[in-house]
Amino acid sequence: MPELAATPGQTIGPFFHYALPYPGDRELVPPGSAGSMRLHGHVYDGDGHAVADALLEIRQADPSGIVPATAGSLRRDGASFTGWGRTITDPAGHYWFSSVEPGPARLGGAPFFAVVVFARGLLNRLFTRIYLPAGHAVLDADPLLSSLDAGERGRMVAVREADGSLRFDIHLQGTLETPFLTFPGQT
Amino acid sequence: MSITAVENELVSQRVVSEEIEKIHADAQAGETQPRLDFPPYRSAILRHPVKDLRHADPEGAELFAPAFGRSDVDAGESDLTTGAAGEPIGERIAVHGRVLDGDGRPVRRQLVEIWQANAAGRYAHQRDQHPAPLDPSFTGTGRCLTDDTGRYSFTTIKPGPYPWHNHRNAWRPAHIHFSLFGTDFTQRMITQMYFPGDPLFALDPIYQSITDERARALLVAAYDHEHSQHDFLLGYRWDIVLTGGQATLMERPEDHHA
Repeated sequence: MPELAATPGQTIGPFFHYALPYPGDRELVPPGSAGSMRLHGHVYDGDGHAVADALLEIRQADPSGIVPATAGSLRRDGASFTGWGRTITDPAGHYWFSSVEPGPARLGGAPFFAVVVFARGLLNRLFTRIYLPAGHAVLDADPLLSSLDAGERGRMVAVREADGSLRFDIHLQGTLETPFLTFPGQT
Repeated sequence: MSITAVENELVSQRVVSEEIEKIHADAQAGETQPRLDFPPYRSAILRHPVKDLRHADPEGAELFAPAFGRSDVDAGESDLTTGAAGEPIGERIAVHGRVLDGDGRPVRRQLVEIWQANAAGRYAHQRDQHPAPLDPSFTGTGRCLTDDTGRYSFTTIKPGPYPWHNHRNAWRPAHIHFSLFGTDFTQRMITQMYFPGDPLFALDPIYQSITDERARALLVAAYDHEHSQHDFLLGYRWDIVLTGGQATLMERPEDHHA
């Protein structure tokens, strides 16, 4: 057992918009730059209504699978890739990031964006993953995806849009509820 | 619908307090994180997952928190009382402490962000409709990086309690929002720090969403006279312990799917 009791989380509340967003927060790479892609979607509540006061963060590897330990996310220089970004949802519950597609963390692994979700009304953060649409063999071999039923599994994989972007909706509750994760050591 | 009609639909504090009491009476000891499904906090009702969280072994990007450095944060961002034309109104305080992992190791050179209401209980946020005065000398946001021993420190103004519309005559205890990173991305958290002895604790469904009394108390800072400064400010100390992490994982491989 860890020796110290973990500090409990609390909701982000409704008043974070003047504190946590910053210029360039959602632009891990400049929009439209070579190799850039758009990751976007909506956040919904259990009634299917837009969650207009959520905050999302993604953490990811670069296309070669390396997870950067590069500072500079809060004042992006337009050249360094830090592998982390943050965005709020807009009044329609929509969010977007400009980034690159992550490579797999290990040979043959299924590449994904690690995601954390905060919102007013959500008493503690939620973790999930956004997997890239890939061949069945790669997704079938993933330890997490292979533990889920087909419906849940489909709700963890982004959809490739006609314009090349990746769309991923997050449902906090309901029949389309996104699978959320807990990791060892978390209560 | 008129404001009066909306107000009339709000239930009383007594109803909410009874809901809280019933949940606490049925709770097991040692439930140390807030419940996601906690109906006394009305906004949680449609915003919590109903299905169990899935156990996952962290991999790849989950094993590494983002890095922040001197290019990200100015030293002056930890003082919320300077930078405006005048002095903010209120009780000047310093809040300091350490960010630790579950084994007591300091989280070094990591980002801490805070935001809060002003002394009158008003946020500098366009959606805050509480008819208390804004303070032109106080925005209430700050950032710093922990040092090599995991220490952080902010100079600020003690925030005021404020009303909200969860129920009739609902008031939040005074608090400062904290956003924290660990060494692993899976340690990412946002929480709220409270002040000792607040009479609103028992009434607040957000604070009471943590059913374990000792765990709730971990969110309350201690008055720290050693950190108070002669003729200038009052000190408060609050240490933060993050969950899990790589070391825990490597030491307890058998627990991956526990």
